[in-house]
Amino acid sequence: MRFDLSDEQQLLRSAAREFLTKELPMAEARRLADSGDPHDRRLWRAMAEQGWTGLAIAEAHGGCGLGLVDLAVLMEEMGRALLGGPFFASPVFAGTMLEAAGAYEEAARVASGERVATVALVEEGGVWEPEKLGMTSGLAGRKLFVQEAAAADLLVVAARDAVVVVERGAAGVEMGEMPGMDTTRRLSWVKLAGPAGKVAARGAAAVAAIDRAIEVATAALCAEMTGGMQRVQDLAVQYAKTRKQFGQPIGKFQAVQHACADMWVMTECSRAAALYAAYALDRGTADARFAVSVAKAYASDAYRECGNRGIQVHGGMGFTWDNDTHYYYKRAKASEAALGDANYHRERIARLTLDERGEGNEPRA
Amino acid sequence: MDLDLTAQEVAFRDEAREWLAANVPADWAERRRRDEPMEERFAYLRRWQRRCFDAGWAGVHWPREYGGRGATLIERLIVIEEMARVGAPHLPGVIGLEMVGPTIIAFGTEAQKQRYLAKILSGEEIWCQGFSEPNSGSDLASLRADARLDGDHYVVNGQKVWTSYGWAADWCELLVRTDAGAASHKGLTCLLVDMKSPGVTVKPLRQMTGESEFAELFFENVRVPVENAVGQVNDGWRVALGTLMYERATLGAGMQVTFRRQYERLAEIARQTGKSGDAVLRQKLAQSRMEMEVMRLAQMRSVSRIVNGGVPGPEGSLQKILWSELNQRLQQTAMEVLGVYGQLAGGAEAVDGGQWAYAYLRARGNTIEAGTSEIQRNIIGHFVLGLPRSY
Ligand SMILES: Cc1cc2nc3c(=O)[nH]c(=O)nc-3n(C[C@H](O)[C@H](O)[C@H](O)COP(=O)(O)OP(=O)(O)OC[C@H]3O[C@@H](n4cnc5c(N)ncnc54)[C@H](O)[C@@H]3O)c2cc1C
Repeated sequence: MRFDLSDEQQLLRSAAREFLTKELPMAEARRLADSGDPHDRRLWRAMAEQGWTGLAIAEAHGGCGLGLVDLAVLMEEMGRALLGGPFFASPVFAGTMLEAAGAYEEAARVASGERVATVALVEEGGVWEPEKLGMTSGLAGRKLFVQEAAAADLLVVAARDAVVVVERGAAGVEMGEMPGMDTTRRLSWVKLAGPAGKVAARGAAAVAAIDRAIEVATAALCAEMTGGMQRVQDLAVQYAKTRKQFGQPIGKFQAVQHACADMWVMTECSRAAALYAAYALDRGTADARFAVSVAKAYASDAYRECGNRGIQVHGGMGFTWDNDTHYYYKRAKASEAALGDANYHRERIARLTLDERGEGNEPRA
Repeated sequence: MDLDLTAQEVAFRDEAREWLAANVPADWAERRRRDEPMEERFAYLRRWQRRCFDAGWAGVHWPREYGGRGATLIERLIVIEEMARVGAPHLPGVIGLEMVGPTIIAFGTEAQKQRYLAKILSGEEIWCQGFSEPNSGSDLASLRADARLDGDHYVVNGQKVWTSYGWAADWCELLVRTDAGAASHKGLTCLLVDMKSPGVTVKPLRQMTGESEFAELFFENVRVPVENAVGQVNDGWRVALGTLMYERATLGAGMQVTFRRQYERLAEIARQTGKSGDAVLRQKLAQSRMEMEVMRLAQMRSVSRIVNGGVPGPEGSLQKILWSELNQRLQQTAMEVLGVYGQLAGGAEAVDGGQWAYAYLRARGNTIEAGTSEIQRNIIGHFVLGLPRSY
C-alpha cells in the first residue's frame, strides 16, 4: 500500500513549486488580484507550454493523459501560490465536461491552452445538482456564478437535457460581472437568448458528463484548497516565531501555539481526503461520490477555519490589506461556496449513508 | 498512490476473517450489554485471549522468535480492523501486547524475553503500566516514586495512580527514580515489578462511569531484583517514551471501525425513529461519518509513511487528537439521536442495554488518557512546527 505521491508526482510537485515561485511570486499574485483582470496571458502560455492545461485530458484528445492524483498535486501547488484566472474554470472544469460529453475537438483546444472555456451551470437559487437545472437545450435564461467568463472564448452550458458549447461572442449571449470578495477569480452572470451552439451530448449522456465534471472539479478544488491552507498555516507559524510580545515570541503562548497546531491538523486531514477523492474518481471505486463529499465537506469548513486562526495569530496585522492572509481568506470563502458548501455535502453524505444503506459508501477493504 | 492490498495481504485478511467467523464467541454480543462483575468479565476475556493465542492471532506483530507472526504493520492493522469489524471481544492483556511486550523486545535482556514474553501473549500474565503519579501526570518526568539500591535489590517506595488494569495485573512496568541527584528525566529507571510482592497495595479507583478500570498503586519497601530493570539504569525515560510511542501509535487503530459500527447502528435507530428526516441531525450524523472517514484516510497516510520510510513521527499525536475528539462529538450526536432515552444507563427502557450512556461518559477520558489533547498540541507545536516550547 502506498498512500503517497509516486516519484514522478513528487517531481511534478517540485517542478510546479519552482515554476510558480518564479513566475507567480506573492507580489505578482497580489497585483493580479488587485488589477481587475486576474487572467495573465503570458503566464497562461507558460503554463500551457508546461503541459498543465492538458494535464488530465487523455492523450488521444490532445492532453497529457495523466491522472487525477497528478492533477491534485498540481492544484495544491496552485492553491498555495494563489493562482487565479481561468485555470480551474477552463482545463479542469470545462475541459473535463467537454471530454466527458464527447466534444473532443473543443477539449483538445482547451487542453492546448489555445482556447479558454468556462462552465455555465448554476441558476437562480444557487443549487449545484444537475437534475435541478431549469434551462433546457433551447438555452433561454440566466446562468449565474460563471467563473472567468470574461476571459473565456467558449461557454460550456450545462442544461437539463444537454451539454451545449457556445462561442462567447455569439448573438444571444450577454454577460455582466457579479463582484465577489475573491478577486483572483471573477464571477459573471450570463444571459442566454437561444444562441447558436454545438450540442455535445444529450439526455443521459449529458447528465453523466455534467456529473463527472462536477465530481472531478470538486476533488481538484479540494486539493487547491489544501494548498491554500498550507500557505495560511505557513504564514501564521512564521509570524508566531518572529513577532515578540511580553518579551517572547508569540508562538510560545499556548493559545497561539495550539491555534497553529490546529491548522496543521486540518491541513493534514484535508490533504488525505483530497488525495483520496482524486484517487477514488480515477479508479472508479464504489465510494467515489462519498469520497468527494467527504473531502469537500471537510475542506469547506477547514480552509475557512485556518483563515480565521491565521488572521487571529497575526493580530492587527492580520486585519490589514498589506498582509497576505486575506487573499486566501477570500479565496476560501469563494471555494467553500463553489460546487456545494459543507452543509450541501454533508446532506449528500447523509443520503449515501443514512438513507441508502451501504450504497456507494463501502470503504475499500 | 496505490491503496490495494497485495495478494499476500488479502490472503492474510481472509485467513483472519475466516478464523474470526468461526471463533468469535456467539454469546459476546449479548453478554457485553449485560451488567456483570468486572472480575467475571475479565476471566471471560482472558479465555478469549487464550483462544486467539492458541490460533496465533495474539500479538501478530511480534517477531516469530517470541511467539508472534512477524506481521507487517499493515497486516497488524488488518487484524485489528477485522476484529473490530465483527465486534470481537477485546484482548484484556492489551497493555502487555501493545506496550510492555514491544518495550521488552526492544530494550530487554534475553533472560527477560524468555521469562515474560510468552505469558504476555497467552494472557497468562496481565500487565499494567505504572507511570502517572498524583503529582506527575502530563509532567511525567517529575515523578517521585523512588528506588534505592540495597544489595542485589531495589527497594521501591511511592504511589502510582490511574493505573489501568491495576486491579487485575500480575506485573507492572513501573517507572521510578533511581538517581535523585540527576536532572528530572535523567535519573529514571523502568522496573518490572511482580504485583504479588510484599508491600504492594492496590486500591480500585472508581471513575465517573461507575466502574473501576483503573487503580491506585502503593509501594512500601517493595523489593525488586536488580535484574528486573529494563534497559539501562537511569535511562528509563527513553524506555518509557518508547512505551508511550507504541501506546499512541496503536490505540486509535481499531477505532475507526468501531466508530463505523456505532454509526451504522445510530443510522438504523434514526431511521426507525424517524429522526433520520431531521435536517439538523442529518447534518450532525453526516459530520461524524465524514470525520471517521477523514480519520481513516489520515491513518492510512500515516501508515504508508511509516511503511515506506521507517520512523513513526508526529502521526501518533495526529491520530490521538482525531480519534479522541471525534468520539466525544460522535457520542454527543448519539445522545441527540436517542433523545430523552440517551441518559438511560440500564433497565428495560434503555436503548442497547444502556451502552450509549456509558460510551458518552467514557469518551470524556479519551482526551486525557495517553497524553491530553493539550499535550498533543504542544508536541505538534514544538516538534512539528518548530515553535518554542510553551513551558
Ligand atoms: C482512562 C484513563 C486511563 C489511564 N491509564 C493510565 C495507565 O494505565 N497508566 C498510567 O501511568 N497513567 C494512566 N492514565 C493517566 C494519564 O496518562 C494522565 O491522566 C494524563 O497524562 C494527565 O495527567 P494528569 O491526570 O496528572 O493531569 P495534569 O497533568 O495535572 O493536567 C491537568 C490539565 O492541565 C493541562 N496541562 C498540563 N500540563 C500542560 C501543559 N504543559 N500545557 C497545557 N496544558 C497542560 C492538561 O492538559 C489537563 O487539561 C490514565 C488516564 C485515564 C483518564
